[in-house]
Amino acid sequence: MKYTLQDFKSDQEVKWCPGCGDHAVLASVLRSMPAVCEELGINKENLVFVSGIGCSSRFPYYMDTYGFHGIHGRATALSTGMKVANPELCIWQMTGDGDSLAIGGNHFIHAIRRNININVILFNNRIYGLTKGQYSPTSKFGLVTKTSPYGTIEQPFTPGQLVLGARGTFFARTLDYDLALNQEILPIAAKHKGTSIIEFCTNCVIYNDGTHKEWSARELRDDTTITLRHGEKMLFGKNKEKGIVLDKETLQLKVVKLGENGITEKDILVHDAHTDNVGIHTMLVNMKYPDYPVALGVIRDVEDKTYDDNLWNQVCEVEAKAKIKSVDELLHSGATWTVEK
Amino acid sequence: MEHKIIDTKEVVIRFTGDSGDGMQLTGTLFADASALYGNEISTFPDYPAEIRAPQGTVAGVSGFQVHIGATEVKTPGDLCDVLVAMNPAALRANAKWAKPGASIIIDTDSFDEKSIQKAGFQTLDPISELKLEDYNIVASPITTLTKESLKDSGLDNKAIIRSKNMFVLGMCYFMFTRPIEFTEAYLEKKFAKKPHLIAPNKKVLNDGYNYAHNIHAIPSTYRIEPAKQEKGVYRNISGNVATAWGLLAASEKSGRPLFCGSYPITPATVILEELAIYKQLGAKTVQCEDEIAGICTSIGAAYAGNLAVTSTSGPGLSLKSEALGLAMITELPLVIIDVQRSGPSTGIPTKTEQTDLNQALYGRNGECPVMVMASRTPSDCFRAAFYAAKYALEHMMPVILLSEGFLGNGSEPWKIPSMAEYPAINPPIIKECEGKFKPFERDPETFVRKWALPGTPGLEHRVGGLEKTPAGAVSSDPQVHEKMVAARAAKIAKVADCIPDLEVIGEQSGDVLIVGWGGTFGHLYTATKNLLEQGMKVGFAHFDYINPLPKNTAEVLSKFKKIIVCELNSGHFVNYLRAKEPDFKYEQLNKVQGQPFMVQEIVDAVKAL
Ligand SMILES: Cc1ncc(C[n+]2csc(CCOP(=O)(O)OP(=O)(O)O)c2C)c(N)n1
Ligand code: SF4
Ligand SMILES: [Mg+2]
Repeated sequence: MKYTLQDFKSDQEVKWCPGCGDHAVLASVLRSMPAVCEELGINKENLVFVSGIGCSSRFPYYMDTYGFHGIHGRATALSTGMKVANPELCIWQMTGDGDSLAIGGNHFIHAIRRNININVILFNNRIYGLTKGQYSPTSKFGLVTKTSPYGTIEQPFTPGQLVLGARGTFFARTLDYDLALNQEILPIAAKHKGTSIIEFCTNCVIYNDGTHKEWSARELRDDTTITLRHGEKMLFGKNKEKGIVLDKETLQLKVVKLGENGITEKDILVHDAHTDNVGIHTMLVNMKYPDYPVALGVIRDVEDKTYDDNLWNQVCEVEAKAKIKSVDELLHSGATWTVEK
Repeated sequence: MEHKIIDTKEVVIRFTGDSGDGMQLTGTLFADASALYGNEISTFPDYPAEIRAPQGTVAGVSGFQVHIGATEVKTPGDLCDVLVAMNPAALRANAKWAKPGASIIIDTDSFDEKSIQKAGFQTLDPISELKLEDYNIVASPITTLTKESLKDSGLDNKAIIRSKNMFVLGMCYFMFTRPIEFTEAYLEKKFAKKPHLIAPNKKVLNDGYNYAHNIHAIPSTYRIEPAKQEKGVYRNISGNVATAWGLLAASEKSGRPLFCGSYPITPATVILEELAIYKQLGAKTVQCEDEIAGICTSIGAAYAGNLAVTSTSGPGLSLKSEALGLAMITELPLVIIDVQRSGPSTGIPTKTEQTDLNQALYGRNGECPVMVMASRTPSDCFRAAFYAAKYALEHMMPVILLSEGFLGNGSEPWKIPSMAEYPAINPPIIKECEGKFKPFERDPETFVRKWALPGTPGLEHRVGGLEKTPAGAVSSDPQVHEKMVAARAAKIAKVADCIPDLEVIGEQSGDVLIVGWGGTFGHLYTATKNLLEQGMKVGFAHFDYINPLPKNTAEVLSKFKKIIVCELNSGHFVNYLRAKEPDFKYEQLNKVQGQPFMVQEIVDAVKAL
C-alpha cells in the first residue's frame, strides 16, 4: 500500500478527554485511510475531512489532510458544496448527534435525499458533549441531564431509521472500540457511491458514560449484537447458535435458537444489503436490545444515481448542445438592436 | 376631429389591472418595443405579493410603469401621463399616480356595479369619487371589443378574455406611435409550440391599434423621437439578469467555475434561475434546503476552488449571518448578493427598500467587517457583480453586494460591453510551497492570504471557525486573536487602494452635495440635473463602495457647504458616514414606504435646506 497510518496523522495534540470514545474512532479512521486510498485509487491530497461543531467535530485537526472545521450543524452543506465543486474529492464528514440531527437535521436529510457522494461518520454519544452535557435528539427518554433535571420528556431518533426514511442508500452501524469492524466498514462506505452514513455508537465518559453499555459491553456483545454482512446468514451468539427469522404470521423479525422448535440454519435470513426493499432494512435498524440484538455492520448499501453524477452529466449534455459558449456570445443573445451614427 | 401629433421628450405610462390581467407582460412588451424603437426607457414593476389575490380587489392590483424618452431617462418617472386601468380596483389604487389632466384608459366592461363595489368605492361613480373629472378619460368596452375581435378565432371564452391586454397594448402602440412588428415577432416566438394562438393574438393587437385610430376619444398621439445614443449594440436587461451575467463574466475572466447555492426568495430568485440555465458556461447551481445551506454549500465550493456565490434577499441574509462570519474568518472568496426588499421580517415583500445596509455592515457576531458594495441601475448590476467577484477572489474574503427589488425587477437598455474591456481577475492560488503550507500567512502589501485548493499535493491544511495562528494552528492566545482580528480588518480596509475614486456629477464644489448609494441613482441624478437647470450649485456623489469607502470621500465632502444623504431607509448610510467621516454635518432625506423616491421629493428637499 502507498500509505501508512502515519501519513494521515497531524501534528496537533488530540484534546479529547482520556477515555472518550472519539479516540477509537480516530484510530479506526487513521488505520482505514491507507486502504481507502488504495481501493479508490486516490491520493491523500484528495481527502477532505469536514465537520461541524462539537467534541467530535474537532476531528479534522487531527488528520494531516485537507480539512474544514465548520459551524454547528452545517457540515453537510459544506461537504455538498465541496463535492459539487470538485467531484474528485473524497469527502469525510465528522458530525455529532446534535450537530447532524438537531441543528443540522435539515441539511442531513436533504443530503441523504439528494444522495450526494460523501461519507458521513455520525458520532452518536446521545449527548451534547462540548457544551457539557445537555440531552440530544438521540438521548433516551427520561435521561436526566442539566437541561432535563427531571428527565427528558421527548422520544429519541433512531438515526438509521431517519436515514432510511430520507431515502438513504447506505447505512452502517458500529461501535467506537471495535477497530476491526470499523476497518472493515469504512472502505465499503468509501466505495459506496452516494451518501454513506456510518453511525458510530460512541461513549462520552464525562457526560453520558455507558449510554450504550447494556448491549455494547465487550463481555455481552456476542449475545447483544449481531454483525451483518451481505450474503451471510443472520447468526449471532458465542457459537452462532442464534439467528434472525421473519415471523410469517406477524411479519416481524424474531430471534430463534438453532435446534429449538425444529429451526435449522436454512430458516435463518440471509442479509441482503443490496436490496432496494427498505422494509427489511428498517426492521434491522430498529432492532433494539433487549428484544433483539443490536444490528452492526453494513445494513444497507444500494446503488442509485448520485447528485454529483447527475449534475455533471447535465453539465456535459448542456455543453454539447449549447449555442452560447462565451460571455460575449451570451451578452449578444436574444433581442438586440444597433445604434449607428 | 383631427388627430394631433404631439412631439414630446418623454412620456410615462402605467399599466394596471388585476394580477391575472397580464399587466407585467403588457408593460414589458411596451418597454421592449420602445427600446427597439430607440427610446431611452426605464421600467418599474409594482406587483402584489399574492400570485392571485382575490380578483377585483385593491390588494390584487398589479402595475407596471414605463418611462420613455427622446433624451436621458434615468427613472421610471414619478407620475404618469397615461394610466391604463383594467378594472375599478386598478383605478382606485393607481389614480394617485396620474399627473393632473392625464389620459386614463379604462375598460368600461369591468366597471359594473359589483366590481365597483368590490374595489371599495362608496358610490357607483368612481370617476367623480376620485375627482378625475378633469382628466381625459378614454372609456372603451375593451372586453367586448376583444370578444368581437376574436369571435371567429376558435378560442374559448376564457382564452379570449385573457387576450384583452393585447387589445390595450395595441391601443397604446397607436397612442405612442410605436412599431407593432417587434411584438408580433415576440408572439410568434412565444407561441411557437401553440401556433393556433399566434394569429388571434396578432389580430387582437392590430384591432386594438386600429380601434384607437378610429375612435375620437384619443385626441392626440405622442411622438417620442429615438434618443441620441452612443453607437453600439444594445439590449434590454433587468438588474437580476445583469447580476447573474456579471458573475458569469467574472467566472470566465478568473478561470474559476461558478457555483451558486441559493434558496428562492423574492425579489432575488431570478438570479438563481438565470444561473441555472448556463451550465455550458460552467455554472453549477444548487437549490438548497434553506439559505444557511445556500451560503454553506457556497463556502464549501469556495474552499474547493470555485467562484462561489449565494443570492438572497433580506430575510435570507439574516439566516446567512453566522456562516458569513465563517467565510470571513476562513478568508475564503464568496459573493453574497442581497436584493433588498421591504422589511422587517416579511414586511412588504414585493416592494423595494434600502433597509438592509445596517445588516450588511454590522449583522454578525464578533469582529467581522466585510466588504459592502451596491449596484446603482439595472444594467449596472453587471459591472457591480463582476467587481464584487473580482474583489472577493483577489482579496480572499466575502463581499456583500446590495441590489434592490427596484433594480432586480427593473430593466433598461444597455450598450453591450465587450469582455475585452473588463480587467483580468487573478486569484492568489498557490500550487506548491517550501516547507509546510501556512494558510494564514499574508502578502505584506495587501494582507491577502494564499488559496490552496484541495487536490493539490503537499498543501494539506485545515481551516475553520476557530481562531488560528498564521501557520494555521488553533489558538486561543489573546495576543494572537487580537492580531488576527486586526489583520483581517486591515486587509479589508486595504481594498480602498484598489477601488475607484468617488466621482461628483454636476458642480464639483458649491452649496449642496447630494449623496446616495444603490438603486436611488436614477432619481438622484435626475433631481441633480433639475436643480442644476434651475441654477443651483449642486453636486451629486453616489457611493458604489460602502465598506471600505473610496479614499477621496472626505475630500469630496469638504467641497460643499451642505451635504444631504438621501436613502430609502431611516438613515443607515448617513449614520455610517457620521461615524466614518465625523468632521462634516449631514442633512438627510429618508423614505421608508416600500416605494422608490420621486424626483420631485428630492428636488423639494434640497431646495428646503
Ligand atoms: C449556532 C450554535 N449554537 C450552539 C452552539 C453550541 N454547541 C456547540 S457543540 C453543541 C452540541 C454538540 O453536541 P454533538 O453535536 O452531539 O457533539 P459532541 O460534542 O457530543 O461530539 C452545541 C449545542 C454552537 N456552537 N453554535
Ligand atoms: S466531553 Fe465527552 S464527548 Fe467530549 S471529549 Fe470528553 S468524553 Fe469525549
Ligand atoms: Mg453528541
